[in-house]
Amino acid sequence: MFDFITETALFKEYEVYIMTTIYVLVIMIPLFVAVAYTTWLERKVIGAMQVRIGPRNVGFRGLLQPWADMFKLIFKEIILPSGANKVLFVIAPVITLASAVAAWAVIPFDAEKVLSKVNAGLLYVLAVTSVGVYGVIIAGWASNSKYALLGAMRSAAQIVAYEIAMGFALVGVLMAAGSMNLGEIVLAQKGTNGLLDWYWLPLLPLFLVYFISGVAETNRAPFDVAEGESEIVAGFHVEYSGMTFAVFFLAEYANMILISALASIMFLGGWLSPFEGVHNFLWLGIDMHALTAWVPGMAWFFAKIFIFIFLYLWFRATFPRYRYDQIMRLGWKVFIPITIVWILVVGFMVLGEVSPWWGATA
Amino acid sequence: MEFIAAYLPSAMMNDQTISQLPLALPEIVMLCMASIVLIVDLFLNDKTRGGTYILSQFTLLALVVITVMSFTQQKSIAFHGTFVRDGMGDLLKIFVYIVTFTVFLYSKSYLKARDMFKGEYYVLGLFAVLGMMVMISAQSFLTIYLGLELLSLCMYALVALQRDSIIASESAMKYFVLGAIASGMLLYGMSMIYGATGSLELATINAEVMKNTDNIVLIFGLVFVLVGVAFKLGAVPFHMWLPDVYQGSPTAVAIFIGSAPKIAAFAMTMRLLVDGLHGLHVQWQDMLIIMAVASLAIGNIVAIAQTNIKRMLAYSTISHVGFIMLGIMTAEKGGYTASMFYTIVYTLMALGAFGMIMYMSRMGFESDKLDDFRGLNQRSPWFAFIMLIFMFSMAGVPPFVGFWAKLSILKAVVAVDMTWLAVTAVVFSIIGAFYYLRIIKLMYFDTPQETSAIEGASDLRVMLSLNGIAILGLGLYPELIMGLVISVM
Amino acid sequence: MTGVQFLFYAFAAMMVFCALMVITVRNPVRSALFLVLTFVSCSAIWLLMEAEFLAITLVLVYVGAVMVLFLFVVMMLDININRLKEGFVKYLPVGIGVAGLFGGMLTWLLYNVEAADLKTKMRTMYPPSAKPADYSNTEELGEVLYTVYVYPFEIAAVILLVAIVAAIALTFRRRTTTKYQNPDQQVSVKRDDRLRVVKMDSEEKK
Repeated sequence: MFDFITETALFKEYEVYIMTTIYVLVIMIPLFVAVAYTTWLERKVIGAMQVRIGPRNVGFRGLLQPWADMFKLIFKEIILPSGANKVLFVIAPVITLASAVAAWAVIPFDAEKVLSKVNAGLLYVLAVTSVGVYGVIIAGWASNSKYALLGAMRSAAQIVAYEIAMGFALVGVLMAAGSMNLGEIVLAQKGTNGLLDWYWLPLLPLFLVYFISGVAETNRAPFDVAEGESEIVAGFHVEYSGMTFAVFFLAEYANMILISALASIMFLGGWLSPFEGVHNFLWLGIDMHALTAWVPGMAWFFAKIFIFIFLYLWFRATFPRYRYDQIMRLGWKVFIPITIVWILVVGFMVLGEVSPWWGATA
Repeated sequence: MEFIAAYLPSAMMNDQTISQLPLALPEIVMLCMASIVLIVDLFLNDKTRGGTYILSQFTLLALVVITVMSFTQQKSIAFHGTFVRDGMGDLLKIFVYIVTFTVFLYSKSYLKARDMFKGEYYVLGLFAVLGMMVMISAQSFLTIYLGLELLSLCMYALVALQRDSIIASESAMKYFVLGAIASGMLLYGMSMIYGATGSLELATINAEVMKNTDNIVLIFGLVFVLVGVAFKLGAVPFHMWLPDVYQGSPTAVAIFIGSAPKIAAFAMTMRLLVDGLHGLHVQWQDMLIIMAVASLAIGNIVAIAQTNIKRMLAYSTISHVGFIMLGIMTAEKGGYTASMFYTIVYTLMALGAFGMIMYMSRMGFESDKLDDFRGLNQRSPWFAFIMLIFMFSMAGVPPFVGFWAKLSILKAVVAVDMTWLAVTAVVFSIIGAFYYLRIIKLMYFDTPQETSAIEGASDLRVMLSLNGIAILGLGLYPELIMGLVISVM
Repeated sequence: MTGVQFLFYAFAAMMVFCALMVITVRNPVRSALFLVLTFVSCSAIWLLMEAEFLAITLVLVYVGAVMVLFLFVVMMLDININRLKEGFVKYLPVGIGVAGLFGGMLTWLLYNVEAADLKTKMRTMYPPSAKPADYSNTEELGEVLYTVYVYPFEIAAVILLVAIVAAIALTFRRRTTTKYQNPDQQVSVKRDDRLRVVKMDSEEKK
């Protein structure tokens, strides 16, 4: 179809760069659309949970609401507070967004659909997401505002605390799969028992710790003390307006989707079907494997992401905000010991070839 | 074992490490016990804290037994050339355990009186001993450096342990900053030598050095390594931290810094200069001579001006380090033996001198002024006599063991035709005798400033007496230790 | 110049620039941020050397954790720059003197050795050959760490443990004045513990 372009010498010379750029766009544009509709979903879901209707005026059932919000934010004035460090003030939201987006490079959407098959993919994700906290810290400091600085402080302490638990949880996954390549981690969960083969079962404590830490890492309710609108106004982004605020907003939701995607890959078998190899469903003789064979892997992957996103929204509607010292206690004194103990257990399980996850049968 | 081995990656299975583990048994026991003490201490309160103390002392005694049982003259290198087990190492380790045991025993009542009787003191102490063991058994730059850092880190923390004392915090800061600079120097020198020889293992380095002894890069690296070593030993001109740290830190910590680590520092010097860089001995001999003479001069002369006994002991340490360096400087077996003997004897004397300070200290009173020793004979004739033994021994008066230590060094120096150096050392020793004898004069011929009885814990009194008698006894039979030292060198 | 070389020089130049800024910038927070940038450029250079494990770990540990805590502390402390700069001019001549002496000695030393001579004396280190695509730096490092360097590796672990013990011993204070709540008790509280329903007769209107 695009022969007339792909045949040119110029294209051939820069093929890698051009194709990579196209792939990046293919991932990024749907991601941003997904972010937009996550905000819509959030208002709808929380609305329903609180017996309200949510947005309904812009477009059919409010479906155009995210676009309206976006245009509003784009055309608003960006206010630079006096006394703010201008360069850092503007860079801060960009850092947050960049780290949220860069991690998608190694996320496998299907067996072959991945931008970069990095061997140390797991480490890469951890490293890139850990850079995101700089956006929050720099924003808090560059704003030259007490509330913003307090928010940044809280965020820094919180993210460092939960990153350790998160890292340890991922060490468990890495030990279980024997690889740091995200694609191989998914394939290691492939078996004949469908969803029972996934790591959420043998690594259940790590799974819970990972997802809760993920909620804390993204500064979402009930761990959103960095924003804490009832105590420190809006925390680190109190001085931000217009597009700079929108970028923070975008990054927060992109991070949510990222954490959901990672949790799906690491614990819920990524693109694998829950009926993988299930030829005799519930001993009823139904060949679910064949029945669901037509569903593309990506659909399962997106469905799993959706479950986690929904959990995020559910948490927000349900739980009151944690007190700051309680957050610290949970991170340091509960999660880290749990993960350390379970890493040992995982080691013994791998060594003992506990089936069906490890050993020759898997 | 086979069950686990079946799951190990092939690289680990083909490795010798697991079969060589028994060689490092003392280190492994130490690590496990230190961790156990750390955990057990969590479950003890201030009333049952004695459990930590007993467990630590038990660990040290058990290690003495283990090392004596597995004592070996044979030199075996393990863990891919990073670890060595030989007679010298084993003997030095045994003395490290004994010295640390004595330190813990002396400092118990001192710590209790100052609300410092905490588990951290013992945990950090045990980890410091582990660091010393690693240093003593090091066979590559990597392990020398790591052992040194482990030891130093524990020491920095121990000095600062008395948080509310401004002088202790200040000396901890000084110790830390200067120690970090020294480590930097050492690392810089090591990296130069690595660049020239392409190896971190001492044996390989030695072989490479022998091929090309006038390599400027090697000499360049040697200078920096020597600076680092001199910092850690406390030789002039890198001695500035010593008096401040001795004076500022709690006596229970000063006694530790002033004793066991010297044995480890001696081992480190031996490993670096003799095992690794013997090919450059012409170069390091000159440097050691300068540092040794400077240490003897500054140490002995400045000590005279001190009124604080801990500070005085610091300068006395500097002068003793000068002697130890003289022995190594000979680059002969006789010199190394003399140095090792001197190091061990010195730690025993330092233990006693600091032990006396702690014996005389009590709650809220630090007996670290020279004046505090005035008229000790009238208050406690026995311990005045013990102190007399320590002071005479340090001054090098026969028949105490300090005399034999000095004599053996001087003999070794004369044996390599450096009589002028031996004469210099003797002259400075005689100058130094002045301040040791001054304490004896204060104890016996002055009237006490206060006449209250000295209350010392009974275990401290017994151990201190034993320590003093040991100095006297070893002076009468110096071959007891000398024979051991000669047999392992 | 190949693309890799260009990237190397670009990142190296950035690293040197940032490292210089770390020690010259007046504001401690900006200085710390420049240090972060130095680490990131260093990590990029390591990536060019195909040492991806080291590169990523540098970002993960130093950028993601150590420097965050560092910034945390630097922001909390109100560091008075002017006091830090006190005596700068006074000590400057001494500093320049020492640095000059040291530099002079180094130059003299190296000048006296022929350049070719130095080359034979420093061991030649050849650039490592390019690795195949399925080469895993992490795996190789892991294998070496747990075989050849297992003893130093364990000692390093002990040093970190001691660092934790030391840090806690030096900073932890159990303050008796702090009002402390036990979350377990808070959560497990029953209605009857807090609430007492009192029966009262209704009062008549007078």
